[in-house]
Amino acid sequence: MSAAGGGRGGADRSGRRGRKLPIAPERAGPADANGLNGLSDDGEAPPTGEAEPRQSDPEATEGSPPAAEAEAVSADGETSADEEAAAPGLSVLEVPSWRLILTLAVAGALAGLAIVLVFGWAEPKIEAHRAAALRAAIQEVLGGPERYEALFVVDGALTRALPANVDSTRLDRIYAGYAADGSHMGFAIAGEQPGYQDIVGLIFGYDAESGELLGMKVLESKETPGLGDKIEKDSAFVSSFRGTLPPVEGIKTGTGTGSEHEVDMITGATISSRTVIEIINKRMESIGPMIDAYTAEPRGAPAAVPAEAGG
Amino acid sequence: MSSDLFWILISAMLVNNFTLHLFLGLCPFMGVSAKIATALRMGAANIFVLTITSLVASFLNAYVLPHAPYLRLISFIVVIASLVQIVEMTIKKVSPTLFRELGIYLPLITTNCAILGLAIFQTNRGYGFLEGLAFALGAGLGLTLALVLMASIRERAELADIPALAKGMGLVLIIAGSLSLAFMGFAGLSTP
Amino acid sequence: MTGTENAAELVRHAPGAHEDGAALLPGGTTTSTQDFLRGVWEENPVLVQMLGLCPALAVTNTVANSLAMGLATFFVLTGSSLLVSTFKNLIPKEVRIASFILIIATFVTIADMTLAAVVPDIHKALGAFIALIVVNCMILGRQEAFASKRPIGRALLDAVGTGFGFIIAMVMMGSIRELLGNGSLLGYSVFGPSFEPWIIMILPPGGFLTLGIILLAFGWWRGRKAAEVPRVRRWPHGVASRRAA
Repeated sequence: MSAAGGGRGGADRSGRRGRKLPIAPERAGPADANGLNGLSDDGEAPPTGEAEPRQSDPEATEGSPPAAEAEAVSADGETSADEEAAAPGLSVLEVPSWRLILTLAVAGALAGLAIVLVFGWAEPKIEAHRAAALRAAIQEVLGGPERYEALFVVDGALTRALPANVDSTRLDRIYAGYAADGSHMGFAIAGEQPGYQDIVGLIFGYDAESGELLGMKVLESKETPGLGDKIEKDSAFVSSFRGTLPPVEGIKTGTGTGSEHEVDMITGATISSRTVIEIINKRMESIGPMIDAYTAEPRGAPAAVPAEAGG
Repeated sequence: MSSDLFWILISAMLVNNFTLHLFLGLCPFMGVSAKIATALRMGAANIFVLTITSLVASFLNAYVLPHAPYLRLISFIVVIASLVQIVEMTIKKVSPTLFRELGIYLPLITTNCAILGLAIFQTNRGYGFLEGLAFALGAGLGLTLALVLMASIRERAELADIPALAKGMGLVLIIAGSLSLAFMGFAGLSTP
Repeated sequence: MTGTENAAELVRHAPGAHEDGAALLPGGTTTSTQDFLRGVWEENPVLVQMLGLCPALAVTNTVANSLAMGLATFFVLTGSSLLVSTFKNLIPKEVRIASFILIIATFVTIADMTLAAVVPDIHKALGAFIALIVVNCMILGRQEAFASKRPIGRALLDAVGTGFGFIIAMVMMGSIRELLGNGSLLGYSVFGPSFEPWIIMILPPGGFLTLGIILLAFGWWRGRKAAEVPRVRRWPHGVASRRAA
C-alpha cells in the first residue's frame, strides 16, 4: 500500500542510520513500508531509544498525544527530506554520484527495453480482444450485420471520413452496420451515465428506417449483484428493447397501455432500469437527428470495408 | 458538465468511497485512525497529495503518455513520488508550521495505494483536467471522512469492554466492514 | 529485526509471528525450508503481517479473480527478488529503493500486459488493481529485508514462500466470499439453486468482514495453542543487542 512512499522515507533513513548503526536498515525500510507502522516508526524517531517502547507496547504511539507524535516525526521527516535532496549527488556520498545516476539510467533503460519487447508481443493481442469485444457487441445489438464501420460526430453531423488533424480517439462515434447486400441494417450507438452504484455503459441498436430499437447490451456496470445487475442478466428486460420505439418510457410491470414506447422496468432495480432507459433516450435525442440527416443523403455502402474497419 | 463534476466528486467521496468501497488508502486507514486529530491531519495531507497527483496525471496523460502508453505505470510512480518530495521540501522551507501540521505525513503517503490508484482510475476513466480535480477532491474528502469516522469509533472502542480476543486488527476490520455497509446506503444518491 | 517483524508486533493478535529478525541478520542461520515455510504460513503476508490488504480485500470476490491476482503477485515478487538478489552488489545503497521500484514496476507492467493479452476477462475484472501491485508493501518489503542481502537461491526460496502464502490467503478469502456470496466455487454451483446467496459477501463490506472474522478465528486458535504450551517471550535479536549496548 504505502510501500513505495514509506519505503522511500524509510530507505533514506536507513541510509543515514546504516552508517551509524548496522542493524537499522532492516528495521527502517519495510516497517515504514507497511504504512501502518510508518507513523509509529517515525513517531519514535531517536534511533537508540526506539526499540524498547515499540516492543513493549506496540500501539503505544497511537495512544500517545498527537503533538508528541508530530514532534518526533517532523524531526525524522526532516532528515528524510534532506537525504532525498542529497541523494542525487550533492553532498558527501560513499558512492560517486555518477554511479548512482548510471545505475538508475541502466536500470531504466533495461526496464524500458523489457517493457517495449512485451508490449510488442501483447499489444496486437490486446487490440484484437478489444476489437472482438466491440464486434460481438455490435453483432448482438444489430442482429448480425455482415460488416460495420465507424461514423464520427464532427460539428453536429455524422461523417465517415475523418477531418485531418483530429484525434479520432476523442471523437464521439457510432457504428453503421450493413447487410451482405450492402443495405443499411442499423446503427449501433454507445452511451454511458451514472447509475445506482457507478457508471453504466451500454450499446444499443437503432434501425433508422423503421425507427425501432434493435437491441440493447450493457457493456459496463457495477450495479448491485442480484438486483441492479439484472439490467444485463435479466433476459426479459434486455430483449424487451427490441422493437420498442424511442423515446422509451419505463413503466411498472402490468401498468402498460400497450404503447410501443413502453418497457417494463425491473422490480427492485428501478434506478438501474431507469438509467438504461435514460441513456438510450438521451443518446437518441442527440444522435437521432444526425442519423436522419445522414440517411437522407443518398450514398452507397462502403465498397469493401471489412467488419473490423470500424474497431 | 458541472453536474458531471459534481457527480464525480460525490461518487468518489460517498457512493464509491475510496477507502471503504475501493480499498484504496487502507494503510493510513488502519494505521493512523486511532485519534481523531491525527486522522484529520492525515486526511488533509491526503487531499493535498491527491490533488497534486491528479494534476500530474492529467499532464502526463495529455502530453507524455500518448507517445508511450506502456510507460504509464513507471512514469506515474516516479514522477508523483519525486514531485511530492519536492513539494514537501518546499513546504518545509516556506512554512515550518504547515510542515509540522501536514508535511510530516507526506513521505508516508507519497505513493500509497490511494495515490497511485487515483492516477490509474483517472486515466482508465478518461478524466480530463477538471474532472480529475473533482475526482481527487472527492477521493480525498472521502478518505478523510472514512479516517475520521474510524478514529471516532476507535476512540470509543478504546474505553469499551472488549474481549481481549477481539482487540487489534480483527476489530478494526469488522468496524471497517460496518462502515462500508453503511456507506452502501449512499448508492443511488446522485441519480435523479 | 525486519519491518515484517515490526508489522507482526504491531498486530497484537498475532503472537505466533515470531521474529525472523535474528535469522535475517548477517550471520543468522535459517535452513532453506525455513526460508520457504516462513512466508507460507507462520508469517503469512496477509493473514499475519497485514501486508497487501488492498488486493486481498478488493479482488477476492471470486476464486478465479483471487487466483489470478495471487499468481500475478507471485510472478512479480519472484521476478523482482531474483533480479534484486542477482544485482544486489551493483546497486548502490543510496538508490536501491528507486531501483527496486523500477524493477517491480517493470514486472507489474509485464504482468498487466500479459494478463490483458491472455485472459482479457479476468484482466477486466481485476482492473486497476493489477497496476496497484506496484505499491503492495509486501513486495518492496521482501526486497529490502531479504532479497537485497541474500544469495540468489535463498532469495528465490523466500519469494516463492511468501508468494505462496499470499496465494493461499487470497484463495482462502476468495473461496469464502464466492461460496457464501454466490453459492459457487470457481463458477461451479455448490449449493444448488435453492441457496439464497449472501450477496453482501461479494460486495465491498464482505471483504472487510471476511478478513476480520478470519483474523479473529486465528487469534482464538492461537490463543488456545498458547494456553496449552506456555510460550517464552523471545525478544528480537536487535533489541537484545541494543540493550546490551
